[in-house]
Amino acid sequence: MDKFEKLTGVAAPMPLVNIDTDMIIPKNFLKTIKRSGLGVHAFAEMRYDDNGNENPDFVLNKPQYRDAQVLVAGDNFGCGSSREHAPWALADFGIKVVISTSFADIFFNNCFKNGMLPIVLPQEQVDLLMKDAEKGSNARMTVDLENQQITTSESDVIPFEVDAFKKHCLLEGLDDIGLTLAKASAIDSFEAQAAQSRPWV
Amino acid sequence: MSAPKTLYDKIWDSHVVSQDEDGTCLLYIDRHLVHEVTSPQAFEGLRMTGRSVRAPDKTIAVPDHNVPTTTDRASGVIENEESRIQVDALDKNARDFGVQYYPVSDVRQGIVHIVGPEQGWTLPGMTVVCGDSHTATHGAFGALAHGIGTSEVEHVLATQTLIQSKSKNMKVEITGKLRPGVTAKDITLSVIGATGTAGGTGHVIEYCGEAIRALSMEGRMTVCNMAIEGGARAGLIAPDETTFEYVKGRAHAPKGAQWEAALSWWKTLFTDEDAHFDKVVTIRGEDIAPVVTWGTSPEDVLPISGVVPAPEDFKGGKVEAAKRSLDYMGLKPGTKLEDIAIDVVFIGSCTNGRIEDLRAAAEVLKGRKMADGVRGMVVPGSGLVRAQAEEEGLDQIFLDAGFEWRMAGCSMCLAMNPDQLAPGERCASTSNRNFEGRQGRNGRTHLMSPAMAAAAAVTGKLTDVRKLMELEEA
Repeated sequence: MDKFEKLTGVAAPMPLVNIDTDMIIPKNFLKTIKRSGLGVHAFAEMRYDDNGNENPDFVLNKPQYRDAQVLVAGDNFGCGSSREHAPWALADFGIKVVISTSFADIFFNNCFKNGMLPIVLPQEQVDLLMKDAEKGSNARMTVDLENQQITTSESDVIPFEVDAFKKHCLLEGLDDIGLTLAKASAIDSFEAQAAQSRPWV
Repeated sequence: MSAPKTLYDKIWDSHVVSQDEDGTCLLYIDRHLVHEVTSPQAFEGLRMTGRSVRAPDKTIAVPDHNVPTTTDRASGVIENEESRIQVDALDKNARDFGVQYYPVSDVRQGIVHIVGPEQGWTLPGMTVVCGDSHTATHGAFGALAHGIGTSEVEHVLATQTLIQSKSKNMKVEITGKLRPGVTAKDITLSVIGATGTAGGTGHVIEYCGEAIRALSMEGRMTVCNMAIEGGARAGLIAPDETTFEYVKGRAHAPKGAQWEAALSWWKTLFTDEDAHFDKVVTIRGEDIAPVVTWGTSPEDVLPISGVVPAPEDFKGGKVEAAKRSLDYMGLKPGTKLEDIAIDVVFIGSCTNGRIEDLRAAAEVLKGRKMADGVRGMVVPGSGLVRAQAEEEGLDQIFLDAGFEWRMAGCSMCLAMNPDQLAPGERCASTSNRNFEGRQGRNGRTHLMSPAMAAAAAVTGKLTDVRKLMELEEA
């Protein structure tokens, strides 16, 4: 997995609440058997018109946000399906950080498996970052995972919380499966014990 | 004496393989369901690292999202190339890695969340995961069941465990009795309407109360299926005689002495008195009406007797969202919901594609015709549901009413196969999501129960099914 340590980049504002996984990556793009190449389809139904032309009003089509690496979003971002294609599409587009007051559970977890950092903050702070993002490409914010803080273009510093284990994995770019396989003997003994207590499983 | 535990606490505790100092746990997974859309990259990951599937006998694969539902699919050809590649990939992966498998040609094939319970793979007290958010369905058995992403699919394939942090406990109690015409779908939509789509975030919901107890397993699956739409990690219902009766005798349910042993453990799976819930929601069963959604979020729920709301009725970010929804749905505030004309009726999905759902729709449709200009499709949740319905003559009722009678699959619930809405078409749907574009680009979805969808088919408009029921009684 790609590491995530610190980035400084443009943040795009997406204040809409309940941005769902069907919006992030419509189902017609789930037919791939690969992880890569989904960035061009991110937000496809909002980003392109019926003829496949870019919708100039969509935030990520605006010149100042085309290289955005951070999304500042409305409540409950990523609700809906479990499709990991959603974070794959965002990461492939170049988005590595999403900031909101809340995230859907599965999307939130999926981000961490792909070198992405979802950050939950109280409404006031999301509002402040939304305003900063609205300034466009002249306003770059810095997201520092090690020190758990965001620095706005005006040097406001906003601390954030992150699960210690997830932080460790992101900073080191660790492979979960490798970590778990190191505990194979614990899984073996659990299975042996379960074979006794719940043999029907 | 140990502290009182919730049902969730009990299942969690019995599956912890190891726990780190920060509380992160390795949780053992009893059943892993797999479908063709979210698994190819996971199997590819195993191949690239030379890993195998740790427990192929606990891993069940079935294609459902992409499969055609037309009766000519027996020829085995999927016209859409990408869909075919995905289904073929599952076929190869299932055979190469030796997991349990129900191919399209098998009568037991169907939507993964219908096949699992039907075949007795899903049992009380289990942990069940699948790369699909509607895995919550299996919570109806008192199993801890939730959706996972593809990286986690690979993790479970390789290790039969998941790295998890425990969620909080939430209780949703539905007291009293449901009124005639009100179903499990109305319960689950009404709960989401009350709590919002983020109301359950960070929680596992236990549904309880007299109205939940009175539901069949099919109804309980409908309720738990949509726990995810309320933001919850999972939904649960404590197992009882209704559960045991449903499970007994199924192909992969325990038999003989093992059945007795299982039963005695299953009977301990309930929330202890005085166990702590972090959040409690109580709704009177008598207060629940047949409901429909008007917008593009499952929380946009109103009784069928209501009117389309105005953006000003909401607060905060929801004002803009409501404006956008109304625009997308082509609706004007103040319009009576019962005045909204529909083009398509879809009956099916892991929410409402079980036999009881088809019976409920058929009861309304019996002796009636679909309104002129309306297109209708019934897609059974599995080949066995289809066979059962045919045995009961339900297929003929649907055909006589003018519906298409299809083969099993996810179909128009998410429209990955050719079953899609055309732009601007409005659908009365028994599925679970009314998101923009969900059933086809620029298609418009109103979620409701099978009985309500059948009523809409008859009148060509969103309709209070109770009015058709009164006609029957008169």
